[in-house]
Amino acid sequence: MRRRAGAHVAVMLTLAAVLITGCGGGQASTGSPDKHGDITIWYSNNEQELEWGKQMVEAWNADHPDEQITAQEIPAGSSSEAVIGASIAAGNAPCLIFNTAPVAVAQFQKQGGLVNLSQSFDDAAAYIEDRSGDLASQYADADGDYFQIPWKSNPVVIFYNKEMFAEAGLDPDKPPLHTYDEFLDSARAIVDSGAAPYAIYPSPTSQFFQIDIDFYPLYAAETGGTPLVEDGKATFADDAGERVAEFWRTVYDEGLAGDEIYQGDAFADGKAAMAIVGPWAVAVYQDLDWGSVPVPTSKGTPADEIWTFSDAKNIGLYTACENQGTAWDVVEFATSPEQDGKLLELTGQMPLRRDLAEVYADYFDENPAYRAFGAQTARVVEVPNSPNAVAMLQKLRDAYTGAVVFGNGSIPDALRQAAAAVDDLAAQP
Amino acid sequence: MTTTAARDIPRHSPNRTRLHRVLGANPLGIAFSAPYLVFVAIVFAIPFVSSIWMSFHDFFFSAPGADVDHAFVGLANYQAVLTDPAVWQAFGNVGVFLLINVPLTVVLALLLAFQLNRVVHARTFLRVSFYVPYVTASVAVVAVWLFLFGGDGLVNQLLGPIAPEPSWLVNPVLAMPTIALFVTWKQLGFYILLYLAALQNVPKELYESAATDGAGRLRQFLSVTIPSVRPATLLVVLLSTVTGANLFTEPYLLTAGGGPNGASASPVLLVYQKGIEQGTPDVAAAIGLILVVLVLIIALLQRKFVGGENS
Repeated sequence: MRRRAGAHVAVMLTLAAVLITGCGGGQASTGSPDKHGDITIWYSNNEQELEWGKQMVEAWNADHPDEQITAQEIPAGSSSEAVIGASIAAGNAPCLIFNTAPVAVAQFQKQGGLVNLSQSFDDAAAYIEDRSGDLASQYADADGDYFQIPWKSNPVVIFYNKEMFAEAGLDPDKPPLHTYDEFLDSARAIVDSGAAPYAIYPSPTSQFFQIDIDFYPLYAAETGGTPLVEDGKATFADDAGERVAEFWRTVYDEGLAGDEIYQGDAFADGKAAMAIVGPWAVAVYQDLDWGSVPVPTSKGTPADEIWTFSDAKNIGLYTACENQGTAWDVVEFATSPEQDGKLLELTGQMPLRRDLAEVYADYFDENPAYRAFGAQTARVVEVPNSPNAVAMLQKLRDAYTGAVVFGNGSIPDALRQAAAAVDDLAAQP
Repeated sequence: MTTTAARDIPRHSPNRTRLHRVLGANPLGIAFSAPYLVFVAIVFAIPFVSSIWMSFHDFFFSAPGADVDHAFVGLANYQAVLTDPAVWQAFGNVGVFLLINVPLTVVLALLLAFQLNRVVHARTFLRVSFYVPYVTASVAVVAVWLFLFGGDGLVNQLLGPIAPEPSWLVNPVLAMPTIALFVTWKQLGFYILLYLAALQNVPKELYESAATDGAGRLRQFLSVTIPSVRPATLLVVLLSTVTGANLFTEPYLLTAGGGPNGASASPVLLVYQKGIEQGTPDVAAAIGLILVVLVLIIALLQRKFVGGENS
């Protein structure tokens, strides 16, 4: 009787396996760099980028009747990276995704999901380096090959609320926010005067990407552009890293920043007088009287020498694409001076193009609010280009939230332990 | 005619016997049970077997046709998991969660169901009221709890000077108990319904006999109600343990990633981080399987000690 039941289950499992095999699992792509024809692309779902994307597709399609683009927003999911990763595994990724996060690129590359542009297209490396200049090298893999096209950055700076600064007795036109001491004194003045409950409110949560908004910009500024991982070794457990962490720990210890999740936008809601933001903030905070300054350093580095985090989004060409030749042509079209200008105009985000401030001087003259961001684009650092980048950032974030946000243990020890874990991850394939 | 045909066919042809052995006496039964078996196979059996395989290999999700070698790595993934302090912390956290959530769920659900069973007026309204949090998405009710248990929240305002510092959800000691409280409140309606169904089956004669023997209400509750709903209690204990061990949404939303400092991280949250975010589903599978084994052990112990002789 038992043997018969086992036979039944075996029959059903075989049937289910056949069903799954039949329904799931994509087919290997037969795409090649020489093929031309229709392609599909995905772009971000924010209003401004949609407007840019639609006009770009319209302009391309009008001139290429035999190579039409079908475009759609990235499907909804817990994150764009999770959706893209799943589409790679399923074999149904589009040809191009205009919102590929650099932190996930090496992982997608390991999955076999991204086309090696340097090997597939003769002019790709030269095109990327010519357009983005020295910054391009941050986006090459260990062998110097490009699996992503550096597209746009959102260099982060500090926004401050001029009214709150004035209320706290601080000069709203020349706020003392250059050194750590100045920043802390200004922050104390804001909280003590009651101008705002908190001076600043970076997200205190444990999500890996939050490290890019508090620790990393200040570390980049303090070190003159040292990335978190260089030559396969963590860099942040050094004196500069300790100074940055001590600065933030003082901010939290003295209650100058909130350590709880804030449901909403603390800067917009008047809960905090400062925020660490990218150029997207210009449009978001247009109802506030704000000013902007670069992130502080311990010694008050001049503004034109300050580095920060890029918060870039790039373009990926995916191996599931049949007509990869057309896809590359679309990349060149979408990152042309004309389309980069439109991206700047419609979204306020900075194309990763060298000499941006000079190339689009007219735009920055007409939109002075974006000038600081334009100048900053030449001095941005990127997340580690490793398949374990997310795990590395998570290790650092865990150490940071423990030692800095919640003040547990010694900062040097926490940074050293995180650095050792990151070194291990960097050594893994 | 029929009789003739029946005589012509050998009664035990070898093919038919083999088919009969595989398909059973009622082959049609397979057709009726097939949809559910296929469902179980697709959503449970095959993924479960796959995850066992993944946990012993160097596995990551790859594009179809990609030249990838998923090498056998033995226990390396389990070693990575068991030497990671974050994993131990997450299992400890979920242990704390279960120690609070399961007993609280059983006691509150039974007491409330007992009272609801006696209520005459507004019975439907009360039952629906308890059930509403269960059917409401966690995302929607989390905001309310953040409002209640935030530093400036209602609870702290009521507590005044005795409010905990740091506040509930950023306090390493209180974060997990607060989440356990939230989950207990949210799931309670479902378990109340289970107990209500069980209470309908308790014979009234038992209460009458107990009353005749001089038992008061408390004695009736202890000596009649609790033993009579024992099978339901076992079900509540098992279900709350299994769902509690799979805790994910609440730490993901209430403490945004298991904070403070990992104090509310759960094993399933780590599975998400490692399997989806960090691209190491092999390590995530090892965590998942360790969790399955632990839950099975706990469930067997619960069945033995809560279920009684008939379990």
